[in-house]
Amino acid sequence: MNARRLGIAAVLAGAALALAGCERPPIDTVQRGYRGLAMGVVANPRTEAQLLQANYVAPPSSPEPGSGADGGPLASSIYTNVQVLKDLNVAQFSRLMVAMSEWVAPADQACAYCHTPGEELSSDSNYRKVVARQMLAMTRHINSSWKPHVAATGVTCYTCHRGNAVPKYTWTQAPAQDLGSNFAGNRDGQNAPSMVVGLTSMPNDPFTTYLNEHATNIRVISATALPAGSTRNIKQTEASYGLMIHMSNALGQNCTFCHNSRSFAEWNQSTPQRATAWHGIRMVRDLNEQYLKPLTSVFPANRKGPLGDVAKVNCETCHQGAYKPLLGQSMLPDYPELAPAAPAATAAPAGPAAPVAK
Amino acid sequence: MAEYQNFFTRIQVRSPAYPGVPLKGGIWKRSGGSLFSYWLGRIGDFQVGPIYLGTLGLASILCGFVAIEIIGLNMFASVNWDPIQFLRQLPWLALEPPAPEYGLHFPPLNQGGWWLMAGFFLTTSILLWWARTYRRARALGLGTHVAWAFAAAIWLYLVLGFIRPLLMGSWSEAVPFGIFPHLDWTAAFSLRYGNLFYNPFHMLSIAFLYGSALVFAMHGGTILAVSRFGGDREVEQIVDRGTAAERAALFWRWTMGFNATMESIHRWAWWFAVLCPLCGGIGILLTGTVVDNWYLWAVKHGVAPSYPQVFPSVPDPATLPGAQP
Repeated sequence: MNARRLGIAAVLAGAALALAGCERPPIDTVQRGYRGLAMGVVANPRTEAQLLQANYVAPPSSPEPGSGADGGPLASSIYTNVQVLKDLNVAQFSRLMVAMSEWVAPADQACAYCHTPGEELSSDSNYRKVVARQMLAMTRHINSSWKPHVAATGVTCYTCHRGNAVPKYTWTQAPAQDLGSNFAGNRDGQNAPSMVVGLTSMPNDPFTTYLNEHATNIRVISATALPAGSTRNIKQTEASYGLMIHMSNALGQNCTFCHNSRSFAEWNQSTPQRATAWHGIRMVRDLNEQYLKPLTSVFPANRKGPLGDVAKVNCETCHQGAYKPLLGQSMLPDYPELAPAAPAATAAPAGPAAPVAK
Repeated sequence: MAEYQNFFTRIQVRSPAYPGVPLKGGIWKRSGGSLFSYWLGRIGDFQVGPIYLGTLGLASILCGFVAIEIIGLNMFASVNWDPIQFLRQLPWLALEPPAPEYGLHFPPLNQGGWWLMAGFFLTTSILLWWARTYRRARALGLGTHVAWAFAAAIWLYLVLGFIRPLLMGSWSEAVPFGIFPHLDWTAAFSLRYGNLFYNPFHMLSIAFLYGSALVFAMHGGTILAVSRFGGDREVEQIVDRGTAAERAALFWRWTMGFNATMESIHRWAWWFAVLCPLCGGIGILLTGTVVDNWYLWAVKHGVAPSYPQVFPSVPDPATLPGAQP
């Protein structure tokens, strides 16, 4: 009898251990596609409050002053070394600076985080100020040139920063495996328990592969029923799959949010979200190339990855587990300064007035 | 009566150790004596051994050992020889086939050479073990049904790791050695070739796989249910049907109008099991060599239905003017 009890206890303990990583049912499913296609959006009602809390947007502390002459003269005519926000009046400019200090800077440092105390406000000696300027240019670029992805919702500093000096989710290039004498033990950039690819064995640095300028083609599925020269192979498919798992994690959605799983390739069976995501991938590549990599000489070594590259953006940087960043709440009506009406004439980033040493 | 209504073995026939029929020819004798295990007797026979190892068995075990060593030591090396990390990460660890650029050439050891060697030794080991099952069956005067059923599984294994990569001209098309990696490979394989569920041979393979489970459950259930009437003497009842066989047959005629016989059910079981990997192997062999996208193939041949479009039409953004790749 004791042996039987022990056996039952062992089975229960084993089951508990095996299921410890699972979310308990019931899970809500909302049907989206045609019936029978299993295109459901899945949500756990027990984590909803947590998601809402994580995506709470505080109302602005002061009303938007407007771009008219009531707000005073242009900031660029009062302050020196204003390179990006030239079109703002003094009231808009000051309010945005205060907002940035709340969104980004640590509470005990505020303005001093970027403007070194005792120096002119125009001084570029603090690398953080140079980075902030580049990020402002980037934010305006996103809101004006990447509407296919961000639509009218747009982004602000808060979309990524959420009160952190460095956004919580960024990526740097993963160092290659140390192969020693290159005799045995090659992991081939995969086959490791990596959260990036959702604990699968897929290649675990999809960002270096796909989110750079000269990125590899993500598409691997043949476009013809019979072989007609497609050279895409299974290893490329695994890498592509890894990126897709990242996107799924970043958005807190499953594959069928974008795809009809009977045919991942067919656009005429996909959801409109797939096209939005397609533009998002191009946007992320553009931002990494045009705005983040040029900061390589600006950032100190401790802000860079093990290979000396700057922290870059991926889907999770903005989305942070939500299908739309901040669950689709737009902060632009309160901060229209971050969304100039016309696309920026040039994507070239504003450089620092004086290169920062280190 | 309760003796018959039990899921586990109730009867252990215990006798002095039986070494088996006399061996004809061969330089090998049976190795090891016989053990008796109460717990093994709960699920099978209570006598364990003696084993017949033989030349083929020994060669097979040696080759298998080499293969497992190559795979295991590569996995161990990939975690810097850390035994704790080896255990923790074991499900993720793998020995990968060569990269596509090596084609069918022999790459450096750490770039897939080890994979080729492990594959060679594992295949040799399996083929030797097949020959052993054939030879041992003949030595006992048995038919070779088990060997040919095993050959069906070997066919699928060879298609996946050898024949199809040869036809595709690249070892990189083959399966990695590893627990999660070979499962993830399977998912990637289906994705690359446009959804394997539209491959008719995959469909047949699944039908025989699930069918095997169904047939096994029906047969096991039937025989256990009639064992109180002596139905467990099923081989004798092939020719000499007693009340057990009659009642079992009547049960299935009542419930589904038709019944297998004490002989035919075993042929059903054998063919269902054999056809599962046989069809699967054909399906894999055609993938990439003859068909490149099974979904599009199924649309072309009217297999895949079309569904009403419920989402606004989305063109492929890459085909729009000015699109980036």
